[in-house]
Amino acid sequence: MKLQRRNARGLRAVTLGAAAVSTALLLTACGSDDNTQQGGADTTKAAGNIKCGGEGKLLASGSSAQKNAMDLWIKNYMAACPDVQINYNPIGSGGGITQFNQGTTAFAGSDSALKEDEVEASKKICKDGQGINLPLVGGPVAVSYNLSGVDDLVLDAPTLAKIFDSKIKKWDDPAIKKLNPDAELPSTDIQAFHRSDESGTTQNLGKYLGAAAEKDWSYVAEKSWPAKGGQSASGSSGVAAQVKQVEGAIGYFELSYATSNDLNSVKLDTGAAEPVEATSENASKAIAAAKVVGEGDDLALELDYTTKADGAYPIILVTYEIACDKGNKAETLEAMKSFLTYAAGEDGQKILSDEGYAPVPDEIAQKVREVIPTLS
Amino acid sequence: MSHTVMDRAPATEAPAPRSLAHRRLPRWAPAALAVASAALGAGIGLAAGFESRVQWGLIAALLFVVSTYAVTTAVEGSRQAKDRIATSVVWVCFVLAVVPLASLAWTTVERGSRILDGYFLSHSMAGLNQNTPGGGIYHALIGTLEQVGIATLIAVPIGLLTAIYLVEYGRGRLAQAVTFFVDVMTGIPSIVAGLFILSTWVLTFGMGPSGFAGSLALTILMMPVVVRSTEEMLKLVPNELREASLALGVPKWRTILKVVLPTAIGGITTGVMLAVARIAGETAPVLLLVLGSSFINNDPFDGTQASLPLYVYQEYMLGTPHSYDRAWGAALVLIIFVMVLNLVARAIARWKAPATGR
Amino acid sequence: MNPPTSTAPPPAPLPPQPAAKGGATRPGDRIFVGLSRGSGVLLLVIMAAIAVFLTYRAYIAISDNQANFLTAFEWNPQGQPPQFGIAILAYGTVVSSIIAMAIAVPIAVGIALFVSHYAPRRMASPLAYVIDLLAAVPSIVYGLWGALVLVPYLDGMNSWLDQYLGWTYIFEKTSSGPARNLFTVGILLAVMILPVITNVTREVFLQVPRAHEEAALALGATRWEVIRMSVLPFGRSGIISASMLGLGRALGETMAVATVLSPSFLFSGHLLDPGGGTFAQNIAAKFNEANEYGRDALIASGLVLFVMTLIVNGAARMIIARRKEYSGANA
Repeated sequence: MKLQRRNARGLRAVTLGAAAVSTALLLTACGSDDNTQQGGADTTKAAGNIKCGGEGKLLASGSSAQKNAMDLWIKNYMAACPDVQINYNPIGSGGGITQFNQGTTAFAGSDSALKEDEVEASKKICKDGQGINLPLVGGPVAVSYNLSGVDDLVLDAPTLAKIFDSKIKKWDDPAIKKLNPDAELPSTDIQAFHRSDESGTTQNLGKYLGAAAEKDWSYVAEKSWPAKGGQSASGSSGVAAQVKQVEGAIGYFELSYATSNDLNSVKLDTGAAEPVEATSENASKAIAAAKVVGEGDDLALELDYTTKADGAYPIILVTYEIACDKGNKAETLEAMKSFLTYAAGEDGQKILSDEGYAPVPDEIAQKVREVIPTLS
Repeated sequence: MSHTVMDRAPATEAPAPRSLAHRRLPRWAPAALAVASAALGAGIGLAAGFESRVQWGLIAALLFVVSTYAVTTAVEGSRQAKDRIATSVVWVCFVLAVVPLASLAWTTVERGSRILDGYFLSHSMAGLNQNTPGGGIYHALIGTLEQVGIATLIAVPIGLLTAIYLVEYGRGRLAQAVTFFVDVMTGIPSIVAGLFILSTWVLTFGMGPSGFAGSLALTILMMPVVVRSTEEMLKLVPNELREASLALGVPKWRTILKVVLPTAIGGITTGVMLAVARIAGETAPVLLLVLGSSFINNDPFDGTQASLPLYVYQEYMLGTPHSYDRAWGAALVLIIFVMVLNLVARAIARWKAPATGR
Repeated sequence: MNPPTSTAPPPAPLPPQPAAKGGATRPGDRIFVGLSRGSGVLLLVIMAAIAVFLTYRAYIAISDNQANFLTAFEWNPQGQPPQFGIAILAYGTVVSSIIAMAIAVPIAVGIALFVSHYAPRRMASPLAYVIDLLAAVPSIVYGLWGALVLVPYLDGMNSWLDQYLGWTYIFEKTSSGPARNLFTVGILLAVMILPVITNVTREVFLQVPRAHEEAALALGATRWEVIRMSVLPFGRSGIISASMLGLGRALGETMAVATVLSPSFLFSGHLLDPGGGTFAQNIAAKFNEANEYGRDALIASGLVLFVMTLIVNGAARMIIARRKEYSGANA
């Protein structure tokens, strides 16, 4: 008798568990991806003429630097082509390329062109082909600071290099004063923030400093921060958040983070007539000086960081979409081509400056537009 | 446990009569000293311009301990003073520990409740970036429920069977080894469990990230907890029950299934729920294996998924006021989820407690 | 390993012989024994697999490493040539855990005493309950709270420590900026492991034989003398093993460190300067940008962490096991 009663109670406990599971199953039935009412951008604005193609799920992952551009494109594209669901996961360029080379994603977003060994690895996935780089998003890397009372700050490459190398430690250093005779610089300590994770943004800043301030920046431009000292935070957003919070801080990140955090950005004295501000437009001018170094359909770019052209902002970042030239996955090929065509097209490029990015110069964009239809 | 406390309490108050022989501080003295040192601590903090409230507290605590010692030595003698000082140190410890924990609970509830509503629970983050308000945690809830659910489905049977082996059959080297390694396994850092699945499932077998990969890592974290708690419960089942059943000629496996397990089921359920609560809050393995997503993905076997703890981390990393709001909101939901599991588990334990035969 | 007949015999104090013999020959029993023993073996296999796979991937990484894995002060597995070492990570992990232990253990013992001997009777058991609940708060929530609430609060204390204890070198603050340093991490870890240590310690204190305490009281001891003479000696090994369990948790904590610390690979003995890193934090921070080789390098550092926690936990368990025998003889 007693045992039986226990048994029944045991059953009840099990029923409880079953109830929990079925509640969970029920939950999957409601809920929504539709955020248009709250903050989701107006889809009618920039939808333009999008030629839909294919259907199903299109998976991509990679660079977080182009996350906001991707979000915008995906939103517009999916509004026009509801048959395709695109999921871009901003896990970082390295992770994106790894996933692409494992065949889990249709394309990858990356802050830097594929390296040789990565191209080799891509041949396993791309039958009879290989991974190619398609430059789709450009953008300025803003150097922003937090210094009350100073709204305008001009720096040049050597000074910037010394600041990030902890050689200039105070804001009223003579080198900074010389460039900003009118500014009232406090004697606060400089808190230079860099990325603690590996990043194409770091690499591009390093390439700029290495090219424009050879004497003061002896480090090899790697994705990980090479210099010692300074403080760090993870991700562009993390650095921006720290700069925002800490008086006397300086840090670098994509322009959109400076705009969204309301941070002042440094104007660069490049040797041009006027110090150059970090804007989408000025970045486009600098990207226009880039040369295509990829072979065939590969459109990897070599950027000119030492440009002295008027109004050209030289700390720039170009991010690529990486796909196979031949041997893309058949089930997602059409959707991918249609999406990339939209992104590379005039409508897609035009809206980039709204998010603090820079359109790829026409000449290069034209080449990208020619390559995309040939993907197979 | 609670019985012991109650039994002991009168015993510790026993020394009271000795106060006849000594001068003693009035009963309100400790409280008065506490208030005075708190006020003085705040005063000094204000006067010296310390920004941190933590310092005020530390100064007050120090003042309290020192003043108690001084006053008691003067009035009651040094042995009593030591006793007093021990008492105040213990009280200070308690307060020191309560302050951060209370702050944690308060901040989470206060910040989280600002954003927590029906919309937040029923929408994903699709199409929103860090600068836009709104969005929700629906996709993360689905992800967490599925990942934890799968992990539970795998870990519970294995854990139960292992515990049964240890209690009902296990003798000799194998059982000793299992016992030892179950203990050691409870201490595996969650990130190492994640790395293990990464090195096998992802790097060696070439599988992509998915909710299921995360579940596998959570399974590793969950199994030892289930084994340990089930083992404790099975040990509590009185031998008379087993003997009675076996004497009636019931096979041993049926005895275990029909007599031993049902008797312990309440405690086992509690253990399982506590284990679920533990893994539901794990972020590290999910970070390595599931990667997160801003869309709803109902299929745990295909593609990246979101998860509640990972959502908190990712929104924190975005670093804008809107994303901090979302992070707190999700943290509040996560805490509520874990706390409800805990409370229900303990309620079951209490409700079933007499059935264990003690 | 053994034929079923030899492993199937029931636990010694359990059923009489006949049932055992009958039980072993029944097919149902044989399947059931096989299943349950299989599960036990599966656990062992998983533990072995963890060691084997981590070692294998770590071997791939370390064999191409151009820097000394144990002593190099940098982490750049994707550079040309790949160079990475765990010196900074090991230092940060150990230092932050030591700080956490130094803060948490005395306080935890204090709370355990409070709950078991000092708290008003009506408070004691709800308190124990609340502490249990706190042990269940997910670490990411501690991390969020640490980064957004604790760090700003500790800014002031850091400059205070620097001002008055700066001469000790370790508390000297050579770079201004927010308190995202190893000391803060240590404090946060202390808050996190406090409930864990308290729970275990409290249980041990409650097992102190009443006779010991009453004997001391009968001799006219004050409450503190009772604790010092009977409770603490009895509970010492319990405190040690509880601390080791807490240490194991502190060593492997990921999210709380990843949110709070401002990591760098620059060595600094100044605890209040930003920088440093821990094994788990480094894995979480570097994982996203890592290619396959970079992941192997992270796995190599994970292996070191695994071994560290194995040693700490194994030691804790052995101490507990020893104490069990001791208290069993006493009870």
